[in-house]
Amino acid sequence: MKLASLKKLRVVISLIFFISITALFLDYGNILSPKFTNYFVYLQFIPSILKFIGIKNISFIGFIFVVIITITFGRVYCSTICPLGILQDVLSYLARKIKKKKYYSNLKPYKILRYSFLVLPLVFLFFGSIFFINLLDPYSNFGRINTWLFKPVLIWFHNYAASILIQNKIYLISPVELFFVKTYLILFPLAFFSLIAFMSLRQGRIYCNTVCPVGTLLGLISKFSIFKIQIEKSNCISCKLCERVCKSGCIDRKNKLIDFDRCVNCYNCLTVCPTDGIKYKFRFDHHLNSEIKEVDYKKRKFIASIIFFISGLSTLTRAQKKIVSKLPSKISIFKKFPVSPPGSLSLKHFTEKCTACHLCVSSCPSQVIQPSFLEYGFLGMLQPRMDYNVSFCNYDCVICTEVCPSGAILPIQLSKKKLTQLGKAKFVKDNCIVYTEKTDCGACSEHCPTKAVNMIPYVNNLVIPEVSEEYCIGCGACEYSCPVKPYKAIYVEGNYVHLTAKKKEVKKIDEKVDYKQDFPF
Amino acid sequence: MERREFIKKSASVAFAIGASSAFGNFSDLLAHNYTPAKKNYDLVAVKGGEPDVMFDKAIASYGGMAHFVKKGQTVVVKPNIGWDVSPDRAGNTNPKLVERIIQHCFNAGAKDVYVFDHTCDNWTRCYSDSGIERVVKDAGGKIVSGETENYYNEVDFKGGKIMNKAKVHELILSADVFINVPILKHHSSSRMTASMKNLMGIVWDRGYWHQNNLHQCIADFSLFRKPDLNIVDAYQVMKRNGPRGVSKDDLVLMKSQILSTDIVAADSAAARLFGVEPNDIPYIKIADEMKIGIKDLSKLKINRIIL
Repeated sequence: MKLASLKKLRVVISLIFFISITALFLDYGNILSPKFTNYFVYLQFIPSILKFIGIKNISFIGFIFVVIITITFGRVYCSTICPLGILQDVLSYLARKIKKKKYYSNLKPYKILRYSFLVLPLVFLFFGSIFFINLLDPYSNFGRINTWLFKPVLIWFHNYAASILIQNKIYLISPVELFFVKTYLILFPLAFFSLIAFMSLRQGRIYCNTVCPVGTLLGLISKFSIFKIQIEKSNCISCKLCERVCKSGCIDRKNKLIDFDRCVNCYNCLTVCPTDGIKYKFRFDHHLNSEIKEVDYKKRKFIASIIFFISGLSTLTRAQKKIVSKLPSKISIFKKFPVSPPGSLSLKHFTEKCTACHLCVSSCPSQVIQPSFLEYGFLGMLQPRMDYNVSFCNYDCVICTEVCPSGAILPIQLSKKKLTQLGKAKFVKDNCIVYTEKTDCGACSEHCPTKAVNMIPYVNNLVIPEVSEEYCIGCGACEYSCPVKPYKAIYVEGNYVHLTAKKKEVKKIDEKVDYKQDFPF
Repeated sequence: MERREFIKKSASVAFAIGASSAFGNFSDLLAHNYTPAKKNYDLVAVKGGEPDVMFDKAIASYGGMAHFVKKGQTVVVKPNIGWDVSPDRAGNTNPKLVERIIQHCFNAGAKDVYVFDHTCDNWTRCYSDSGIERVVKDAGGKIVSGETENYYNEVDFKGGKIMNKAKVHELILSADVFINVPILKHHSSSRMTASMKNLMGIVWDRGYWHQNNLHQCIADFSLFRKPDLNIVDAYQVMKRNGPRGVSKDDLVLMKSQILSTDIVAADSAAARLFGVEPNDIPYIKIADEMKIGIKDLSKLKINRIIL
């Protein structure tokens, strides 16, 4: 195969990943199956690492494949699998189509900046928080951009089309209710999207080589790649063509060097070189590697000691780690813990593994999974929670558990999910209509799938709710359907650790019906 | 066309579309000119067969569906599709019955048959898991979402003690014939659900009913548009843990069905089947007192069919 056709291969593979992953997040009609989802998020680097650490199961080693690919060919990941990287390529491609864009040029490596953005999330991780990982993970950022910027626009178009059809009495497509889009939810992805758009339009993949921790980490690994793109000095005529198409700005024409750390393997240079001056070369070809520098052992020792120190600190702080809840205020209902989705085992497991990519938010048919604000504390911002003001958890659904790429929500069988207690319903009699208005209501009990909320006799031939917590699974149907405003008369208090609910043992109703007997009227 | 002019024009077109959706459809309120059914019987009760077979027999005693549906009319069939449960849990109206009703409508010459419900659980799952979406499509009807507030138009009606207006699904406002197909069930708040309670699924804001004396609201709303025919599915009856039910153990196979043009009479007979006195169901009592229909079954001409 000619090296020049590598670029075509790269474009095809990258578009397959890009379109599929975009579709996952924009799939407002829930058409795509969780299986399809799993294929395309399997290789996403950070979610895959977190899932592997969480489950310790050999089948979740997507990140190891990525490492193997990187150690063989370099940062192929950045140009084919990473949706955020491809998004930047798409943006700069469009920009060049619209406005004959100037060419790229060689860039400084910005080493301090790069490594700070790699170390910062690691430091936080050692302290037990994945806050900075969530902030910087390319896949999760891509998810949030789609969920909060593109999907609402798409739904708006859908609904506009539906409304025009309805005017003509055509009920072919139904409008889709737009979930609670809050300003802060749009602001962060918008700021992030603006940032990468700005950076990519100006300097190609500069984001990937200065900010992205995955890019930097894979860059470190690619130092050891078996095959490297290098300039064949004898063939090179210093024509500058390669430097001008290099998105990473990692080709130094003057010194005829390529900084392979920063190369995202887009193969543009291979396509344009007129003289065979750039080659994909076997690393152990000795005469090529004349530039090996002396290793600075002092520096390495220093870095090692920092890591050692931080890891010591992390165990100290982990014992004190607590979910920071909302401060008590004048609201009459004070929830101590938020409710995390089924399959997330405990708030601790969930907040330590969730990268806030919002794939569960996008996939949830009832839209009960919503990003949190401060419910998990500042460092857990945007990690999803069950928001029973928006909706409630469908009793017969486990979709979120099937799509989560990071293992924050683990797969769970439907029969087990139906007994997994996310929280417990608490009845606030003083708010209840039956108590305050002396009229029947019972909306909570109607919606309860396990009848943990039952209606029992009350004064004046009325019935009033009674909660049997042992049967409650914390699905939030009661809280959602309670019509009392602004404070509900029944709400779900989250379980810090998910428990198992008891199954109601009932006997079959024993009633013989004689179909030949006359009617009771 | 200048760019500025184009923008102005397209904006005004968009505004016109938006405005017509906000104010539209009220003219349809006056457009009903269906003839009232010729009453052979006040109520038809049938038992001992499958839902579709029982319906064939029952509707025959009215002289067939043609008695209610005239050629070229649009029909809306409103089953209970409130819950994401399978047909064998009897939380939703029996799909076999719904299918048969639609077939009868088309045989009588209906132009369109629409089916919808404002569900409690997620609507797409309710529609598919209840089996109703499939049978509606098989029978040639159209299943429509009840999940969008845009579909609901505010209407006023007279005589209600608490409720005098509601946002009602536009299909109910525009259809020539309205067929109400509830399933008889135990209900934790209203004690029992059948025809009158089923109308809660054609309004947008159910919370209002719960907040403002549920039983009175159920009765009040029956004043708005009485269904042309009520068909109570009592094939499998949920006797406890209603309206959603916890398991199949909550059900009794009663193999019964009630048809009536009088919504109160239909519920009164359903209550008897269920095993309670109509007087013990507050909304039936209230509706009778408000003269919305007749609760006292002894005053009615009833056709009793045992298969």
